[in-house]
Formats: sequence, structure tokens, C-alpha cells
Amino acid sequence: MTRPLYATIAALTLAGAAQADTLTVLAPDYFGSSWGPGPAIKEGFEARCDCTLEFRTGDVLPRLMLDGARLQGDVIIGLGTDELLRARQTGLFADHGQDLSPLSVPVTWEDDIFIPFNWSYVAFVYDQTRLETPPASFAELIERDDISLIWQDPRSSGAGLALLLWVDQLYGDDALGIWENLAAKTVTVTAGWSEAYGMFTNGEADMVLSYTTSPAYHIMDEDDDTKAAAIFDEGHYFTAEAAGILAGAAQPELARDFLAYILSDEFQQMIATANWSYPSALPREEWPEVFRDLPLPETAIFLTEDEADARRSPALAHWLDGMTR
Amino acid sequence: MTRDPARTARAAAILAGLGVAAWLVVLNFGALGAVAWRAEGLTALRGADWAAVRFTLVQALLSAALSVALAVPIARALARRRFIGRDALIMLMGAPFILPTLVAVLGLLAVFGRAGLVNQGLEGLGLARLNIFGLHGVVLAHVFYNLPLATRILLQGWAAIPAERFRLGATLGFGPRDNFRQLEWPMLRDLVPGAFLVIFLICLTSFSVALTMGGGPRATTVELAIYQAFRFDFDMGRAAMLALVQFGLCAGAGVLAWRMALPSGLGGGMDRPVQRFDTGTAGLRLWDGALIVGGALFLLVPLALVVMRGAPHVVGLPVEVWQAAGRSLVVALGATGVTLAMTLALAHAVLIAGDARGAVLEWLGLAALAASPLVIGTGLYLLIRPLANPRDFALVVTMLVNAGMALPFALRLILPGLREVVASQGRLADSLGLHGWARLRIVTLPRLRRPLGFAAGLTAALSMGDLGVIMLFAEREGATLPMQLYRLMTAYRLDDAAGAALVLLGASLALFWIFDKWGRGFAEA
Repeated sequence: MTRPLYATIAALTLAGAAQADTLTVLAPDYFGSSWGPGPAIKEGFEARCDCTLEFRTGDVLPRLMLDGARLQGDVIIGLGTDELLRARQTGLFADHGQDLSPLSVPVTWEDDIFIPFNWSYVAFVYDQTRLETPPASFAELIERDDISLIWQDPRSSGAGLALLLWVDQLYGDDALGIWENLAAKTVTVTAGWSEAYGMFTNGEADMVLSYTTSPAYHIMDEDDDTKAAAIFDEGHYFTAEAAGILAGAAQPELARDFLAYILSDEFQQMIATANWSYPSALPREEWPEVFRDLPLPETAIFLTEDEADARRSPALAHWLDGMTR
Repeated sequence: MTRDPARTARAAAILAGLGVAAWLVVLNFGALGAVAWRAEGLTALRGADWAAVRFTLVQALLSAALSVALAVPIARALARRRFIGRDALIMLMGAPFILPTLVAVLGLLAVFGRAGLVNQGLEGLGLARLNIFGLHGVVLAHVFYNLPLATRILLQGWAAIPAERFRLGATLGFGPRDNFRQLEWPMLRDLVPGAFLVIFLICLTSFSVALTMGGGPRATTVELAIYQAFRFDFDMGRAAMLALVQFGLCAGAGVLAWRMALPSGLGGGMDRPVQRFDTGTAGLRLWDGALIVGGALFLLVPLALVVMRGAPHVVGLPVEVWQAAGRSLVVALGATGVTLAMTLALAHAVLIAGDARGAVLEWLGLAALAASPLVIGTGLYLLIRPLANPRDFALVVTMLVNAGMALPFALRLILPGLREVVASQGRLADSLGLHGWARLRIVTLPRLRRPLGFAAGLTAALSMGDLGVIMLFAEREGATLPMQLYRLMTAYRLDDAAGAALVLLGASLALFWIFDKWGRGFAEA
């Protein structure tokens, strides 16, 4: 009596295995969660590829470094711009083979290996009901003595690292004094973004290091327009997350299709609200209205990955000196 | 050939204990070795690393000393007073220890932070604001987190003083001071070094709390330096070296505590409920009352704020949160079973092996506390990698690692009780020819029920809230409740995250309560 059931299950399983190839995409944990962009991307890609898309989530760069050539998968998505050099140096990636002309990021992006799928600027986010006149420049932030800040440790957080390089780029050898100044305004430095943002929303500080796109979440999902990003005259540090194809991919064709999908309108339309960041290949006119209305910095500060790598350690030494003096 | 059942039981106990010890060596040192091996050697430490070592030691010493110093009078007050709601209060007062650290910190800041209750009060009175961030903030957070543990360990000690002693004391006209000198001091002498050591070790590996409450990079601990070595520099050699330093600090502290601790040698009793005759004057009653109220306020107000923040959002929680809660429950129960089995095996072996060898085994049981979760996670990943896909074992690995992490607590709780059972009932059981399972079932377990229940509750609650190693292993579908909590926060869903934190708190407390209640089923609490 149970035999027909078994037979049906076996038949279905076999049919499933025979029919669909599986594209394995390695992604950060947030990406695959129900509240990240993963589910919509999976649905969208599967509808056009006649395949199954499987996310394997976790910290992508550490896994790349730990597993090396043993790493199994076809595509890696979610590498931060400041991580790209180290990812590239593993030599585990293949050319993406895509035409990059659709890219609309505010910096020149010529890269045969990695394609950005989103971007944003790091910025200090504040609550307009608590801070009525935000600083209009980094210089003003340094001068003001009525502002308290929470931000992330550059040693453990991507946003923290971005602030480190931002200050280094703006102030160079004077960074030491800038950090001393910022230390006096700083409520605390947290290990990760979540702690900092949580403390900010609980009222622990006037401003928190986050992204220019953060307020969009509050406006669109919470109907709360009190949060805003302070735009600084000197320009903001540009960050993006990128994807690349693993040289050892079992499904190189599908992997290339997936990178092409990243540049497609359908994918790009999803990014803004699924990822709370700007789409990488979509003109501003086509962004959701809330995103179009967000104030945009005039200058993008962008370090090539070699520059960023060269500056990381000396900048951290300045930071540590200035913050602990 | 005749077999001596006593010898067979002894051999079996030693074998089981050695098996557990071997697993602990793999877990703690094998993982570290794998990281060092992958790094192709150790890297020398830098000046900043030594600054981290100094800060780590200072904050851990202060935190552990203050936690225990406060726990002694609070536990003493709780031990000699009976009032309505005492059980519930003791249970709730244990809660901060089982909270995920992020939730605990947010709760604490709701009281002591810039926008917290205390500062609102001070501002209302026209007084200067209190700045909570700094070394004092680190110590405050660690005391908030560990005072409950210290209090419960010491309460356990008070409960273990046989009722006959207090009765005898009363007939000799003992007042509170005499009771302290004759009965309570020897017990404290036995328990305090261990409690101090455990808390010292917990604070030693603190990372996120120390940084956040310390106000910045001045509060860099060794664990954060390990994190930096992994993530910022990708220098696994330095990570392994720092992990070794952490073990070194742990070993040093362990040797010191072991030399300070003395077995209390109070002798056995009839397991009767304790009745106290030294509840004394109105002044003493007031003093105890103030201690209990003060301790309860310090520990419970932040919790109440966590509850209030999360309560409105529990009903609307996404289904994934509840699924993750179920998964965490399975992990927690599994880890509890494994921990109790391992602890009993190890504790028996410690007692049989005698002083010096027993101390080595005991120290091994504590070592997991000094291990860096990041190093253990990475090391296990590297160890499993050549054999299988580590991701297929995410929940099992989490369970086993949680068991290893909880074992130090369980061992501290169960070992004194077991020593007592062996001392008071051992000869009788021997003369009755009770060995092996029968002895465990009839003699040992019933008398260990109280520490067993407490240890089980602690393990279950701790595993429920642990984020530890799972982040390296887990698949998208295998998320535990703490993982979902972080995912919600990363997706800006702070309201849902507050709701999930409340679910986590509720589940941890419920597990803790059920096991602890079972343990206290026998005696009046």
C-alpha cells in the first residue's frame, strides 16, 4: 500500500534531478535571509534559466580564504569593494565576460573579474527630531562640540573600515588629530553595524555611521521620515558590493547568465528596496521615488583597491593612536 | 576468572572520563592547532596586542572580583530569608546570564545609557549626566551578566550545608556571626575561588560587550585582537598565537584558583530541608531586605525594559522566527543531554584520578571557557573540511560546541556535589556492593538532582542564546533563533528584532525554569 507512494516520490525526485541544473551562489548571511534580496533574486533568475538557484550563505571572504581551491560553488556575490583585492589575489576567479556599459555607478568601473550589483555612500545618519542642524561638512563636524557619535570598529566592520579610509583620504597625515577630535565626540565604537544602529535608534547618540540610503528603509517600510543622512561638502566614501564567477565553477554557462542577470533591469529594479542601497546599473530616473528624493553627495571618494590596500595599515595605526591618546 | 565489580566500574568511569577529556582536547587544542597549521606557523605579537592583553586582564579581574563580592551578601540574604515569590525571584535573577550579549547590552543601556532611565532621572533633578562608557561600563556590564551566575553558584553552596549543622549551631547558641565563621566561611572558601575563576574566564573572552561598553579601541580585548587578526589582517598565525596567550592566561588563573580552593569537609547530612535559626534582629532583616531589593532592581529593571520593548512585536513576528526557535530548542536540548553525560563522566574520573591528575582533568574541563569561539569555529571548519562538507553538520557541530562551552559551568556545579556524595555515601554504597549504573541511579543521581537540574537549565539556556560557531557553518535554511535576530537587525527590522529577542528570552528562561524546577523538586528551595 505504501509502494505507489514511494514510487511516486522516487519518480518525482529523479525527474527533478534530471531536469534542472543547479547554480550555486555563495552570499553573505543577510543576502539569503527572508528579509534580504536573495529570495526575489532566486525567483527571478529561476524563471528565466530553467535551473535551480541555491544560495550558500555565510561570511564570503573568510570562506574564500579558508577553503581556497576547495571552495565549491559557481558565483560569489556580496564582496565589499574593500575586500576585492584580497579576493582577486586568491586567483580563484574567472572573467565575467559582460559588457559593463549599463553600469551607472558614480565611479569608473573597469574590471574583468568583478561586477558591482549595488552601491551606496557611508554617511552619518541622524534623527531630525533630535538634531536640528546637522553638520554640512566633515570640517563642521570636527568643529562642533554638541554632537555625539556612534560608529563601528574598522577592524571588525566594513562600514568602520570605510570611515577609516574616508578620513585618511580627506586628512592624510593630519588624520591623527582628527581621530583625537572624533574620540571626544564618540559615545562608543561597536564591533558591528547592528549594535551601532540599534543603539542609535534607542537614543544613545545623535548620529550613527551608516549609509546615505539607510533613511529609505524608515520612509518606505516604517512611514518614518525623521531619519536622514548628513551630506558633507567634501564628498563621501563610495562602497559597493560585487559579484564574480569562480574559475572552478561547475556551471560556468549558468554563472555567466547570472552575472548578465545582475545587469538586467529586472534585477536592478529589485535592489533598491530589497537591499536598501542604490542599484548599480539603473539610471537615477528609474530609481524608486524615495531613493530619487534622497540627497546625494556631489563627490564620490573612491580608492582603487591597490590604494585602499596600501592605506589600510598606516591609517589604522593613526586611528589607534588618535583614539587611545 | 572472577571480576571485581568495583574495579570494573572504576575502569569504566576512568575510560569514559578520558574519552570526554580527549574530545575536549580536540575541541580546544585541535581546533587551535588546525588554525596554526593552516597558517603555517605562529606569528609574533605586536605592541597593540600586548595592550589588549593588559586591558583584558584588568577588566576580567575587576569584573570577577566585583561579581563575587556582591554575590556573597546577596546569596547570603537570599539563603536565610523566606518570602513569597522567592523562587520566582531567584529564577528571574538568573536571567541576565542567559541573554544573548547584544540584548543584554541594549537592556542595560536602557537603564544606564545616555537616554536611559537613570540619566532621565538625573536630568529631571538638574544633576549632571552619568557617562556609562569606559572601563567602569565594561565592569558594570560584566557584573550585570555574571552576578546572577555567582549568586546562584553560592546559593547552591548554602543549600548544600546540611540542615543538621544549622540545628547544631542553634543549640550551641550561634548567632549570624558564628554561623558565618563556622559553617558559611568554609563553604565559601570552597566555592568562591571556583566561581571567581569561571567568571574571570567568561570576561577574559569578552569581545563585543567590552568594546561597546568600553567606549572604543581603548577597550580592545584579546578576543577582539583575534577577530582583527582573522578579518582585518587575515593573519591566522597571529590569531593562533593570541588564542594561545588566552589559554595561557586561563591556565595561570586556573592554577591560582586551584591553590586557593579548599574542600569544605563539612560532612554529610540527612538531606532534610534547611531551617534557619539565625534570622535575627530587625536591623539584620532590613539589611537582607535591602540587599535583595537592590540586587533584584539592578538585574530585573533592564530585563523588564527588554520585555516592554519586545512585547508589542511578538504577535506579528515572521514565521521564520518561530521555525528558528524550534531549531534552537532542538539544539539546546541536545546540547544539554551531551553536557550532562560528559560532565558526569568527567567528574567521576576527576574524583577517581586523585589530586594532581584530577586537577589536570578538571582544568581541561574549564579550558573551553578560555577558548576563542572564533578560533574553535574556524578550526573545526578546517578539521571537518577534508572529510565532509562542514555545512551538513552545522547543527550537530553547534550542539557539540555548545556542550563543550557549557561543560565548565556544569562541572563546577556538579563536582562539589559529587565529592560530597562520595565522601558521605561512598563507603556505605561500597559495603552494599553498589557499583556502576545501579550506584549512579540509586545513590548518586538523586543526591545530585539539584546541581544537575541547575546545570541542565544553564546549558539549555546558554545554547539557546549562543551565536558562536554557527555563523561559519550554517546554511540559509538552518538558522537558529539568535541568527534570525541578527538577520532582522541587519535588515533594519529593529521592532521585529526586539520581538525575537523577547521570544529568545522567554524560551531560554522557560528551559532554565523547567530543568531547575525539576532539580529543586526534592528539597525546599
